[in-house]
Amino acid sequence: MSTADTIHAMQERFPDLHLAALPLVTYADGRTSDQLWMRVPAERLLAVAKFLRDDPRTKFEQLCDLTCVDYLGYPGAEDRFGVIYALVSLTHGHRLWLKVFVNDPQPEVPSVTSLWRGAEWPEREVYDMFGVRFTGHPDLRRILLPQNFTAYPLRKDYPLTGQGEREDFEVVTRETA
Amino acid sequence: MPISYDLGLKPTTLERDAAHEDRWTLNFGPQHPATHTTLRLVLELEGERVIGCTPDIGFLHSGFEKLGEHLDYNQYVVIVERMNYICPISNDIAWHMAVEKLFGIDITPRCKALRTILAELGRIQDHLLCVGCTGLDLGGFTAFLYGFNERETINDLIEEISGSRFHPSYTRLGGLAQDAPPGWTDKVLDFVRNGVPPALRDVETLLLRNRIFIERTKGIGVIGHDDAINWSLTGPVARGSGVKRDLRKDEPYLCYADNWDGQGATAVDFKVPITYGGDVFARFLVRLEEVRQACRIIEQVVAMLPEGPINVGLDENLTLPNKQEVYYSIEGLIHHFEQVMTNRGWTPPIGEAYFANETANGELGYYVVSDGGRFPWRARTRPPSFINYQVFPKLLVGHQISDVPAVLNSLNIIAAELDR
Repeated sequence: MSTADTIHAMQERFPDLHLAALPLVTYADGRTSDQLWMRVPAERLLAVAKFLRDDPRTKFEQLCDLTCVDYLGYPGAEDRFGVIYALVSLTHGHRLWLKVFVNDPQPEVPSVTSLWRGAEWPEREVYDMFGVRFTGHPDLRRILLPQNFTAYPLRKDYPLTGQGEREDFEVVTRETA
Repeated sequence: MPISYDLGLKPTTLERDAAHEDRWTLNFGPQHPATHTTLRLVLELEGERVIGCTPDIGFLHSGFEKLGEHLDYNQYVVIVERMNYICPISNDIAWHMAVEKLFGIDITPRCKALRTILAELGRIQDHLLCVGCTGLDLGGFTAFLYGFNERETINDLIEEISGSRFHPSYTRLGGLAQDAPPGWTDKVLDFVRNGVPPALRDVETLLLRNRIFIERTKGIGVIGHDDAINWSLTGPVARGSGVKRDLRKDEPYLCYADNWDGQGATAVDFKVPITYGGDVFARFLVRLEEVRQACRIIEQVVAMLPEGPINVGLDENLTLPNKQEVYYSIEGLIHHFEQVMTNRGWTPPIGEAYFANETANGELGYYVVSDGGRFPWRARTRPPSFINYQVFPKLLVGHQISDVPAVLNSLNIIAAELDR
């Protein structure tokens, strides 16, 4: 079972989505990377993901990683946030990347925690860092930053040095503790 | 309004539930010897039994991934090795392998061999600490010292090759900072033949037939095969549950792949230990055996270490030139400046790449996005500690409070990697 068969199986199952697998990178000399990604619309993500996990031809049992990239100002980008699902098939031993593009002002993606429990914290992290909301997530809170932090630091419009939050932290002294 | 770390997770000490006499809520950490690093747990207890656990992380969050977008491909290596500081060299290698995947370069055979040796030294370094700490957390201090003692030798070896004991920053895009000094491989061989095996024997004699140790680790923190996959577990934690997955075998790279030197060399021969218990003891056994296999790998690689250059792409301005050239020839100096000046430097393709290494904790991968500039657009880490740690509350429920450190250590959580 090669990656091409997997992609063929997907195109067969979802003809209306016009799924196309593209290499993650094309080098200057025309070679392409062996890693493929696919664009999936947010509203169909769960159906596609469920198919990918359960179908014997695809069998992506594990969600290796879930992350997000802010494409604000990226050359050739049309959408702002790309939520990236890195899938691994232990049975067939191959990988596939799904990208779901969402935009301001309400970036929202359905949560895949019902399919892969391992998505729970990575989704919280993406919410924490990019402000992309995952509908249906059991416990969507900030994970690394304080709960009353308001900005989303990994967005491209957030400056490296912060927006003055550092000066705003609660100071605990021996007297007040 | 000031930003506070009050999560609504009360209490900060120990509190009794008013309605149930036996119910307690206990704060554990963030500063506690048994957490090893800075992380906090809020445990709900019924007597001494844990019935609920809420991890609270983020105390060491330092914005590494944001920094990665403002440092170039060689500079960021200094930051990545501060994630898993138990085996910093493994982070270096994983980061630069991902960047090389993005640039599409193939490194030299000698560099591959040296990186394999270092990656395995990193694995030994991490496992020795983790194996020793399994004893430490259950009250046996001696095993920890046996493990820690040998870690010192690895630090010395890494100092000799890179100049820095703890944070070597030894890899570079397309190669290494410098070649190994003469006689270094002999010291490595001596270490894997005469240093590690006695220490492992000591640890095993102390713990493996120790009734207290076995009773406190067997059947504790169990996770099954399918759950382990579904929860995205990798590394020794997954292999302790019978998941047959090791990137060194499944997606071979460096000297784990056949024909790694381009002249038909065979891949290094080693076995991937798998246990089926899924408990703390099973993970402990996997780590012990992995140390042995790592020694085997190092012996083989040293025996067939090829001669030749360690850097590729000098002419294409991919690698920094040798310091000897930079300081003593004008061409080398120009070459160096062409590489480091802010308006020059690399021109990577516009695109994305992912590369993962099987490190001591599991799959450590980097997802690098480039917009063609000097700095990565995004430098995402797939941190094994973070992803493995989310299963922790599930492992803990139903066990005694004294099992908390044992389970925590068996996942080998490194808080700096957890929070980044």
